[in-house]
Amino acid sequence: MAKPREQEEEGGIAAGEAEKGTVNVAGPRQLPLGEPIVEYLLRLGDDRLLLGHRMSEWTGHGPILEEDIATANIALDLIGQAAQFLRLAGELEGQGRDEDALAYWRDGTKFRNCLLVELPKGDFGDTMVRQFLFDAYSVLLLEALATSGHEGLAAIAAKALKEDKYHLRHSSEWVVRLGDGTDESHARVQASLDRLWRYTGELFLRDEVDEAVAALGVAVDHGALKSRWDALVDDVLKRATLTRPADLPWQQGGRRGRHTEHIGHLLATMQSVARAHPGATW
Amino acid sequence: MTTDTTFSRERIFEILSEVPDPEVPVISVVELGIVRDASQRADGTVEITITPTYSGCPAMFEIERDIRTALEQAGAPAIEVKTKLSPAWTTDWIPEEAREKLRRYGIAPPGKADTGGLVTLVRAKPPVQCPWCGSTNTTLKSEFGSTACKAIHVCNTCRQPFDEFKAF
Repeated sequence: MAKPREQEEEGGIAAGEAEKGTVNVAGPRQLPLGEPIVEYLLRLGDDRLLLGHRMSEWTGHGPILEEDIATANIALDLIGQAAQFLRLAGELEGQGRDEDALAYWRDGTKFRNCLLVELPKGDFGDTMVRQFLFDAYSVLLLEALATSGHEGLAAIAAKALKEDKYHLRHSSEWVVRLGDGTDESHARVQASLDRLWRYTGELFLRDEVDEAVAALGVAVDHGALKSRWDALVDDVLKRATLTRPADLPWQQGGRRGRHTEHIGHLLATMQSVARAHPGATW
Repeated sequence: MTTDTTFSRERIFEILSEVPDPEVPVISVVELGIVRDASQRADGTVEITITPTYSGCPAMFEIERDIRTALEQAGAPAIEVKTKLSPAWTTDWIPEEAREKLRRYGIAPPGKADTGGLVTLVRAKPPVQCPWCGSTNTTLKSEFGSTACKAIHVCNTCRQPFDEFKAF
């Protein structure tokens, strides 16, 4: 089988990089990382860009009109937040890339999102459980970042926090409604939770990028973040009569560009128009 | 006829008070609290600072364009629109007169923005008053409405659905 072009062109998963890697977080094969603050902003931006895209897949397909509108609104917020984080990443990177260049002209291995957000949207229960797990993390993280020492990042976080609190209320209400609903809805969202749980560990990983940005004043206490997330998630799961799954071996790698096969399909859709008509405006 | 090319802060705000919000045209971009600052630089450039409402609000591009058009028509030699994210926009910046305009337009004005805790699963919010009949016997239908800034309610007294400008 021919080597995928992306890897040749982008120097993607190159075996030679393994020796250069300093911290073996993502596994034996390391991808080269850029400037820490840029990497950190890409992680924040890419999480929201991909989750926003997944949410937008419900537009016109919502189970009821109100949810069609809600999912479209949430998608819009997330993509708007992504644009802000990516714009700042591009500015600090200093290579002339704006948010559009970063969204549409990077290949899969250059994305830094967690694996959770790139998974297919599944059914409505899968979507709401995933949204809830992410919202709970996002609200707590943004709260910490809003008071961080990096002015530009803090301003975006403070704004996004207000929106994500709204999202969290919506997604947690649905988790309760479906979990504590009919036998079928309960069984289905429990299965969603069991499937998605293994992707939550990656949210709280700490690597050399986190260490480096802490020196710039962007210090997030991952331990405190995790314990607050646990408490918040446990509270909602209890109300939803759902059982918290056991901590499985975590699926991870997205933060360093190692993704599931799903990201390729997502990017093929998301980037197709921009790549078919470079520089087009309307 | 000569065009006045002096733009004081007051004059700029006066001009922008005539620029309607594209999605809620009954109030202006100034009343919405988007315009945070305005001044004229020594070289004549009129500098406007705006704060976006929602991160993904698609109307922001239109608002910036409308602001430029209004100032150009007033004779501004050059215009620069800057975006300022902090402090984050809040509906608490909407003045009382504008709230009354919203009500008359059929949109329930925003209550006090919630700055409290994280999980608000148990709602403590009082019901939103119907802008049509004034009843408080209303039901929230959807947290998300036709635009990012609105929620959908229905009045159980006059049976009218209505938008609420979300407290944010």
